[in-house]
Amino acid sequence: MDVDPSSERNDSDEPTLRIAAICAAYGNDRHRMLDILRDVQEGFRWVSPRSLETVAACTGLSRVQVEGVASFYSFLSLTPKGRITIRLCDDIVDRFAGLAAVAAAFEAELGIRMGETSADGSFSLDYTPCIGMCDQAPAAMINDVVVTRLTPERAASIGSALRAGRLPLEIAVPGHAGLSPAERAAAMVENNIRHAGPVLLGPVPSDAGLRQALELTPTAIIDAIEASGLRGCGGAGFSTGRKWRAAASEPAERRFVFCNADEGEPGTFKDRVLLTERADLMIEGMTIAARAVGAREGLIYLRGEYAYLRDHLEAVLESRRAGGRLGRRIHGIEGFDFDVRLQLGAGAYVCGEEGALISSCEGLPGEPKTRPPYPVNRGYLGFPTLVNNVETFCHAARILGRGADWFRAMGTDRSHGTKLFSVSGDCLNPGVYELAYGLTLAELLTLVGGEDAAAVQVGGPSGTMVDRANFHRRLSFDDLATGGAIIVFSARRNILEIVDYYMSFFVHESCGYCTPCRVGNVFLHKAIGKFRAGLANPEDIDYLRDLSQTIIETSRCGLGMTSPNPILTTLQNFPLVYSALVKSSPDRVRASFDVQSAIEGARRIARRRSTIFDEDYT
Amino acid sequence: MSGTGFSFTIDGVAVAAEPGQTIMEAADAAGLYIPRLCDHEGLRHQGGCRVCTVKAGGRSVSACTQPAAPDLVVENETPHLNKLRRDLVEMLFHEGNHLCPICEASGNCELQAMAYRLDMTAPTRFPYLQPSRTLDASHPDIALDTNRCISCGRCIRASQDVDRKGVFGYVGRGIHRRVAVNADDLASTDASIEDAAIAAGTCPVGCIIRKRHGFATPIGERIFDKGPIGHDIEDKRRE
Ligand SMILES: Cc1cc2nc3c(=O)[nH]c(=O)nc-3n(C[C@H](O)[C@H](O)[C@H](O)COP(=O)(O)O)c2cc1C
Ligand code: SF4
Ligand code: SF4
Ligand code: SF4
Ligand code: FES
Ligand code: FES
Repeated sequence: MDVDPSSERNDSDEPTLRIAAICAAYGNDRHRMLDILRDVQEGFRWVSPRSLETVAACTGLSRVQVEGVASFYSFLSLTPKGRITIRLCDDIVDRFAGLAAVAAAFEAELGIRMGETSADGSFSLDYTPCIGMCDQAPAAMINDVVVTRLTPERAASIGSALRAGRLPLEIAVPGHAGLSPAERAAAMVENNIRHAGPVLLGPVPSDAGLRQALELTPTAIIDAIEASGLRGCGGAGFSTGRKWRAAASEPAERRFVFCNADEGEPGTFKDRVLLTERADLMIEGMTIAARAVGAREGLIYLRGEYAYLRDHLEAVLESRRAGGRLGRRIHGIEGFDFDVRLQLGAGAYVCGEEGALISSCEGLPGEPKTRPPYPVNRGYLGFPTLVNNVETFCHAARILGRGADWFRAMGTDRSHGTKLFSVSGDCLNPGVYELAYGLTLAELLTLVGGEDAAAVQVGGPSGTMVDRANFHRRLSFDDLATGGAIIVFSARRNILEIVDYYMSFFVHESCGYCTPCRVGNVFLHKAIGKFRAGLANPEDIDYLRDLSQTIIETSRCGLGMTSPNPILTTLQNFPLVYSALVKSSPDRVRASFDVQSAIEGARRIARRRSTIFDEDYT
Repeated sequence: MSGTGFSFTIDGVAVAAEPGQTIMEAADAAGLYIPRLCDHEGLRHQGGCRVCTVKAGGRSVSACTQPAAPDLVVENETPHLNKLRRDLVEMLFHEGNHLCPICEASGNCELQAMAYRLDMTAPTRFPYLQPSRTLDASHPDIALDTNRCISCGRCIRASQDVDRKGVFGYVGRGIHRRVAVNADDLASTDASIEDAAIAAGTCPVGCIIRKRHGFATPIGERIFDKGPIGHDIEDKRRE
């Protein structure tokens, strides 16, 4: 096939027929728009104006509605992309791990700059936010394949192999043909399990939880989950038992159980490891939830970045079906039917928000939904929908198997059980740690070989940047809450560069629905640029606080409500970083800048020293 | 009316409501004005501009989407909330290109009127984003200038739900999200000057321009020459 797949100018209606066939494969169902457009993108390397029209005609939508979806997701493109698209993670962790040199090596080898597509349509080079490989950065996606631990040399050899026509999968996993999907995934990406705890990463007997659940009434299952104290692991920490009860008690003809495998918070990759190593347990947990709330239909929303796990997950689903553990009459029980569909995302962090996730599954742009109604009352297609994180479902299955008391005894008073932490950045042993809630940050840092840390980002950009003086704080919902991301920064790192990157992330990922998040984050990002350029005035610190407050108080969803956190938590914990950079001269000319006197004023205000700043300047 | 009605308070004033009513709908009926830009009578609620943010039971919510509830305590006209609203209105000004003196919506424009109502003085705190969006003058009767668009989506909902046409829609994400038309340009759509989406008052600002109607109303007779935005609702209470 030597035809340029991006060209649709030939007279034949072949492309139109192919697109119509793609739509037909999804029953011309507008709710499957994301699948349709993913397939169009894959087949043609872009979604052309004509494709928009064909898809609109087949699904009964208007062209601008289809364009609204196609233009929302980063992995769909309205201009032609290369047959091979390389997406380099440009997160701050990758930058600190040598991203610039890797990008330069790709550029040199492929003869295009980042952001460009080669003239013959063979390659595109792009940046993308965190792809969940932070423990093996720098990392990149080559179409659906992931490559990690990149160096300039490796990038050059990958580039030349691709130019020689070798397939991405061959390059990433030599000898992949003889491997099962699970083996292929494991060979492509390291798990880096550094500490296995008793609940998730230790030995797990198959379906012990589900078999136990089948002995119980749905209400008793929910009682057990509630008694265990399990709280959602996706970040918000809502009581899982109460959520299940709400979904079960809403009268409805159909109910859904959705697993949130979007894992988009930069620095988080623990679900990647569970999906690789504990997919069976996760689906078992979903099946238990289905039994508890009375759902027959389930869905796993897998972020587009994890497309390399698709075959593996499909294989696990298929083997459960074949073993009578999914599908009709599960474990032989008449009337207990539950099946699960895999839905891939296409590059949008906000789709991890449960309402946006549901919008995305409905074939809409990934915009959060108005709350109320809540998904447990009216979610997917208007039916009660239970959305839980990958880790939450795994925990639920184990709780049924081992008992609520066993789980409840671990952790702290209000944060029971264990938690997976995704640790990356400046430490000796990046990877996944399963630990009981309640340990201090200092204890965790010792475990990971990160004692030299000067700052730790707990919970990713939407969480808290913690300074040394606060390393005694505990990882639990009552103190330092986290969906699992722990990003370690040494004293060499520039706090404002990190904040700058995180604000650019939120600008990139805001869905744009509401004013404060769409516009306000752009202003915050610009203001940080002003600080970094040394152009800020003392009043700009108040401006940052004030604007942040407006964004938090008026935003429509959790993204906007947490997006100022990189600024607010560094203003709080690293005040000197800011105050030392502002200049007080009213004429905006810095005649003589005495950093120590600048710091002195801030020291008085803050009533303590900031390690990070003082080490650099004293 | 029916036995299911209940009451709650807005700034200490008792307001009657029916189940299913939003805070804003109940407030409107009671003659209490809650500032708004994206909500428009007869159209679905979008809940995007956030100018209607109120405190309900201590939590910030958008009054146009939040259901009223029995005994709910709502704050509306407080200095703090009006400060938040002013910030939002400023954001909208700075996101687009607005030059009121030469704009034909001036005096009839809800964004401008909201700025007056909220005592917005010189908008200098935020940077100007100065987008450059092309003017679509292809249609014989209608011009579309989205440089002043505030993403209220009123044209989109009016075209979809009232006209049953779907001439407009959102495309893009984040700060790049904008209103687009259902074809290469407006002339290639089935938009007509008779559409509810095109009618004066649907677009709150000066994006949807009816050609040859420009500057038709003399200064002094324009909508907001007669009273501040919201006075029609507030007058109900005074009567
Ligand atoms: C912007 C944003 C992104 C989110 N991303 C994720 C995600 O990737 N995975 C996840 O499980 N929850 C994510 N959440 C939280 C979900 O909205 C939801 O609370 C969660 O899936 C519920 O599951 P849990 O109770 O098991 O944690 C996100 C929330 C927001 C506001
Ligand atoms: S807060 Fe941000 S992400 Fe959430 S709805 Fe508003 S614009 Fe979209
Ligand atoms: S649209 Fe309104 S605010 Fe904008 S320039 Fe015109 S009158 Fe002024
Ligand atoms: S064009 Fe006018 S009506 Fe349409 S979204 Fe923009 S401001 Fe609102
Ligand atoms: S993959 Fe690059 S930081 Fe997560
Ligand atoms: S009027 Fe309520 S959000 Fe716009």
